[in-house]
Amino acid sequence: MAVEVRIPTILRQYTDGAKTVEGSGDTLSALVDDLESRHPGLRDRLMENGELRRFVNVYLNDEDVRFLDGVKTSVSDGDSVTVLPAVAGGA
Amino acid sequence: MLSGVLSIRRDIVDAIIDHARRDHPDEACGVVAGPVGSDRPERFIPMLNAARSPTFYEFDSMDLLRLYREMEDRDEEPVVIYHSHTATEAYPSRTDISIAAEPNAHYVLVAAWMEDEADFRSFRIVDGVVTEEEVRITD
Repeated sequence: MAVEVRIPTILRQYTDGAKTVEGSGDTLSALVDDLESRHPGLRDRLMENGELRRFVNVYLNDEDVRFLDGVKTSVSDGDSVTVLPAVAGGA
Repeated sequence: MLSGVLSIRRDIVDAIIDHARRDHPDEACGVVAGPVGSDRPERFIPMLNAARSPTFYEFDSMDLLRLYREMEDRDEEPVVIYHSHTATEAYPSRTDISIAAEPNAHYVLVAAWMEDEADFRSFRIVDGVVTEEEVRITD
């Protein structure tokens, strides 16, 4: 068992077009490090200075990790992580 | 000459403009979903602007998750992502360009402060490059 990670269209250039990849780690941060080892470049698109980028949303199962513990959120085998870029802008 | 084309039904254009005027002076935002790969905007989905601001829009993060799950279940994608500008022209701002993350979407902008429907414009935003497209309204 591992953690399933759903990748948005714009980041599939790092996953050979795959919509979902698998990874492992005790925390979201460790999971991202594990993904980076096989999908180089992905981490920088998700994180900046050790935190999630402002306009990247990451969900653990059905919850926004910003309302949990951010990149320190615990993850376990069988969890599902979804990455979605924010839909936002301004004048 | 504009390179691409957005073909979109009149009733959907009207619904987007109505939404922009209704939420004015806050920015209005939403999606028109369509079958994956079809490039046909068919299902109008107005979204809440969680920023409730005249100068910024952002989908609420939980609304965003529900929206993308629903589209996935229906084999849809966001063919159009729209928002209004409340005091500036219907052209992507620097903020719009830096945050845009759906390279396959048509980014529609409406100038909500204008009376004239002519300021309903569509763009591709890919890797920070903006390309305006022709808007072809169908019945």
